Amino acid sequence: MYLKSSYEIRDKYLRKDMLPTIFCPGCGIGSVLQFTLRAIDELGWSQDEVVWVSGIGCSSRVPGYVDFDGLHTTHGRALAFATGIKMANPDLKVIVFAGDGDIAAIGGNHFIHAVRRNLDVTVILINNFTYGMTGGQVAPTTLKGLRGTTAPYGSFENPFDIAQLAVASGANYVARWTVFNYVQGIKSVKKALQKKGFTLVEFLSPCPISFGRRNRMKTAPELIKWYQQITIPISKAKNMPPEELEGKIVIGEFVDRDRPSLEEEYERLKKRAKQMMGFEEGEE
Amino acid sequence: MKYPFPVGTNDFIQGDEAIARAAILAGCRFYAGYPITPASEIFEAMSLYMPLVDGVSIQMEDEIASIAAIIGASWTGVKAMTATSGPGFSLMMENLGYAIMTETPIVIVDVQRSGPSTGQPTLAAQGDVMQAIWGTHGDHSLIVLSPATVQEAFDMTIKAFNLAEKYRTPVVLLTDAEVGHMREKVNIPNPDEIELLYRKLPQSDEEAKFPFGDIHGDLIPPMPIFGKGYRTYVTGLTHDERGKPKTVESEIHEKLIKRIVAKIENNKKDIIEYETYDLDDAEIVIISYGIVARSAERAVKILRKEGIKAGLLKLNVLWPFDFELIEEIAEQAKKIYVAEMNLGQVYHMVKEGANGKTEVELISKIGGEIHTPYDIIGEIKRGL
Repeated sequence: MYLKSSYEIRDKYLRKDMLPTIFCPGCGIGSVLQFTLRAIDELGWSQDEVVWVSGIGCSSRVPGYVDFDGLHTTHGRALAFATGIKMANPDLKVIVFAGDGDIAAIGGNHFIHAVRRNLDVTVILINNFTYGMTGGQVAPTTLKGLRGTTAPYGSFENPFDIAQLAVASGANYVARWTVFNYVQGIKSVKKALQKKGFTLVEFLSPCPISFGRRNRMKTAPELIKWYQQITIPISKAKNMPPEELEGKIVIGEFVDRDRPSLEEEYERLKKRAKQMMGFEEGEE
Repeated sequence: MKYPFPVGTNDFIQGDEAIARAAILAGCRFYAGYPITPASEIFEAMSLYMPLVDGVSIQMEDEIASIAAIIGASWTGVKAMTATSGPGFSLMMENLGYAIMTETPIVIVDVQRSGPSTGQPTLAAQGDVMQAIWGTHGDHSLIVLSPATVQEAFDMTIKAFNLAEKYRTPVVLLTDAEVGHMREKVNIPNPDEIELLYRKLPQSDEEAKFPFGDIHGDLIPPMPIFGKGYRTYVTGLTHDERGKPKTVESEIHEKLIKRIVAKIENNKKDIIEYETYDLDDAEIVIISYGIVARSAERAVKILRKEGIKAGLLKLNVLWPFDFELIEEIAEQAKKIYVAEMNLGQVYHMVKEGANGKTEVELISKIGGEIHTPYDIIGEIKRGL
């Protein structure tokens, strides 16, 4: 297969008048954006049938850079807005591009309910363990002991495993990778986009400026090396005792199933309601 | 098309039910809500009707999500509504601001109950007026309507959708537990007799490039809805005419916000609606709105019988506010009374409008009971 250059992807999908981006040197958002655009490109989707929705944060600025319809909403609420878009026009394909603070903290409740409903959207999650835009405060994903501006002595809270939260809440497809899992990343996003129902692809993504600097990892390569140390592929993790998995982050595909999506269920409900109330199907 | 309720006839229904039916007749096909007294009946009716008219009714996880969902739906070109009461309305303030900033037509119904906090869930109040107008942060404008009867709740719901579409703005229908739960005769017109407006759409690809620009000189940009190939970017950040974020350019912020405010303020005459009773020669003027205006009207009739020259100004629109009209009334009246179910909200706007031309006094009642005509008469007689 012909592999398009980054420039071809950029020229086809980015709004030139919106560049440069706000992203810092070493930021992983650009890589994940590239995975997503390559997945769309490989699927041959039209730019006119996809809507990008986001909340607030660094990664939430992405819908402004891509040449699609885009709704850059309020902090944590992207999935609630996306519910309205998808339910009002199920023909639209909806991508939610979000950060860990946005999805797991202020948007945590919207997240679990969108997953529970099995809303047909794909969430591309940038997990950098921090609030990058506001300067590096701790997030609900920050691992215990790591530092942020609001945890100068290290975080004393237990972190969320967002991917597992999605699995437990009923998502149809959930995977987690790091930004250096290029091949798996694109493959996973492609799979997620094609699947009906709620799909999540989480990426551990370096934020050297707001997060790494405060945790003795000033550069993206240092963070990526650290990811290599703390991540374990799901195939290996399966055979490991829980105590050995302590402090590790499992990567890979966690779930891949085909439960009916919210829109499919609503179509069924409409039919049932019309039958019950004597409204013939297709009657004007 | 077939409607799941009688049309072109009268019915005897609750205010909440009237709002749901009017919304469907206004073309609303997306409803998102969260249960709350005394607004739940709107949601229940929508859940019953929407699947039958190929619309959507969905119960969200909270009121923040409810208003978010209807904004999302509106950007796909669908007329959308949510309904709530005080506690939920407070939660909606965040995305009400987003709807104002992104110029998204939506209708929000607030069936007022006593607050603050959980307050008196089943009893009426008018304590949310200032919140409806000024509750969301930052400089802004929007439209707030106030019905006094079930028929008005019906009519104003249709008006709310028309104004939202015409001015590309959120509209708040500020009703209360009394109007919401009361049953009255309502005339439900034939659908083809109802005038419906729909948002201005871009007429060309060139027009679609300016989703936030005053390209027609009427301050209202055409709205390029999603999925039509316009590739519109919508953000709550300060943005230029094309929608591009411009967060530090003061002149762009000023231009955007002043246009969003001016598109409402400059069209006051089109938006504002009020009724008068015996106002022409009135020396004592009562200003009221919503359910209280009905007691005020009765009070005027009784006072007139007793030879007291009383009159009523009933406000159907609480924002934009006609300060000039109040000043005109203040010039001829000996005294203005504002009767409302709160500790003084419209009272302060009336005082500003009266501009010192005459004395303005508040006839306040809280606790869930509506003013009786004699509550109002008693206050007026004390002042004679």
